[in-house]
Amino acid sequence: MSLYVDIKKSLGDFDLNIKFEANQEVLALLGASGCGKSMTLKCIAGIEKPDYGIIKLDDHILFDSERKINLPPQKRKVGYLFQNYALFPNMTVAENIAFVVQGSKQDKIKAVTEKIKMFCLEGLENLYPVQLSGGQQQRVAFARILASETKLLMLDEPFSALDSYLKWQLEQELTSLLETYQRATLFVSHDRDEVYRICDRIAVMTKGNIDVIRTKHELFESPETLAGTILTGCKNISTAKKIDDHTVFAEEWELELQVEHLVSDNVQYVGFRAHFFSFAQKEKNIFEAEIVRVVEDTFSFIVMVRPKGSNAKPLRWELEKDQWRSLDQTKLFLSIPEDKIILMKK
Amino acid sequence: MNLSPLIISLKTAFLATVITFFLGIFAAHFVVKMKRFQGIMDAILTLPMVLPPTVVGFFLLLFFGKNSLIGKFLLSFDITFVFSWEATVVAAVVVSLPLMYRTTRGAFEQIDKNIIYAARTLGVSETKIFWRVILPNSWYGVMAGVILSFTRALGEFGATIMVAGNIPGLTQTMSTAIYSAVQAGDNETAFQWVLIVVMISFAVIMLLNYWTKNQNEITQKLSKKRRGAISVVVR
Repeated sequence: MSLYVDIKKSLGDFDLNIKFEANQEVLALLGASGCGKSMTLKCIAGIEKPDYGIIKLDDHILFDSERKINLPPQKRKVGYLFQNYALFPNMTVAENIAFVVQGSKQDKIKAVTEKIKMFCLEGLENLYPVQLSGGQQQRVAFARILASETKLLMLDEPFSALDSYLKWQLEQELTSLLETYQRATLFVSHDRDEVYRICDRIAVMTKGNIDVIRTKHELFESPETLAGTILTGCKNISTAKKIDDHTVFAEEWELELQVEHLVSDNVQYVGFRAHFFSFAQKEKNIFEAEIVRVVEDTFSFIVMVRPKGSNAKPLRWELEKDQWRSLDQTKLFLSIPEDKIILMKK
Repeated sequence: MNLSPLIISLKTAFLATVITFFLGIFAAHFVVKMKRFQGIMDAILTLPMVLPPTVVGFFLLLFFGKNSLIGKFLLSFDITFVFSWEATVVAAVVVSLPLMYRTTRGAFEQIDKNIIYAARTLGVSETKIFWRVILPNSWYGVMAGVILSFTRALGEFGATIMVAGNIPGLTQTMSTAIYSAVQAGDNETAFQWVLIVVMISFAVIMLLNYWTKNQNEITQKLSKKRRGAISVVVR
């Protein structure tokens, strides 16, 4: 099961220019809102038409601008889970499922009974969508997609409208649903934590383009691009200049940093995650810190620091409450471990 | 009292509403799907609502008159359209269609687009989507359109008098009967018809309000149940 997408579409403000391949895996499209994630899904589903390009599912051509092929959504066999689940409000749970099954009445009854059981919807068959909880609606939407025999699954921000408690429950349900589904899945989100928990590979999108596609571990260790670094939640980013093969100067922090990796000539930014500061005296990149501001968060302290005596942009440092309380706050030496520094070329 | 204006009015309004119902739904469905010239088509369909009814009547005369193509064609079958009962129906259809079309179109456009997209990606054909998803989910708007069209057809005067005239027992509706009565100085008859028209229209509007309220209560009940379901999950 593999999906190949290479499309272009003008969207007014910017152009969508997407190229990627997905196999039997959960691939995330991670990007800020309005970067073209949902439009990409809509093009694959056949709801929107790209200007140029090719979309292929296995050997099945869904769209090819040169050969003038543009299959209607009905023939694409692409399951699309909408943010609001888009159940048919005028039909009961059983009717919602039966409606999309092709074939005789017996086929429909068989498919409905099977899906009701599979998704633990027993007892809800005759309820209408408004009578269901969010989790139940999600399961019905899933059952409906499976009943229509799709080859690919696309999830469009399935949790973004929910409060955090419900979201966690639905996320756990979704994870187990994906385990039973076992097909190529595209997951659109702007939430890095969610994406990290659910997906295998991550495609970072900015302004209609895919910046990088990496496995989640690779991406979070070395995001490579500014957008990737921001989206993976790195709070400290500064412009950088190369000094030598293992040293860069972080301009905004006014710090010279030794780096484990080889510094390339066109390095532009340097990043450092807020909870990776260390106290060890022997390490490199040590500076005496001046505290600019201390913010108490739910389970940690956020301390804004900069090299003492400088006027640099403060760095964000996060640490546990006990750890902060036990520190000698008058004389603070911090170090930035050289293997934790992120270098970005664009 | 001769009841023929009442019967003619009701017959005309009922038949006109049935025709408008289908035409209006078809027009709304067609215009919503149009990619180009949507604005022009919408304007043409809405025009009879804003034009003076006499202008509509004038156009109908141009269209169906003895010297027009259609008029000549009908005449070859020995059918005279102008000043016939059928003309009252056509006049009522033309002036009430915009109301049906606009309310239905509004209802169609209010449906969550994702529901229709979902149906498409799930392999449901466009015809099935229309009959089983779009129409049932905009039923409330469609019914409101029907009621508005019916009252408009019932009250039609200007276009009717131009194209169908005011022939007692044949084309004289309640509206035109009031006009005749007032012209003849017969205020008593005029009052009687006025009372009947006001009563019917009032009843229809009350029916609409009652029905709207009922609809709201059903939706509220359902959403209350839903809140119950969520609180169970949270607990």
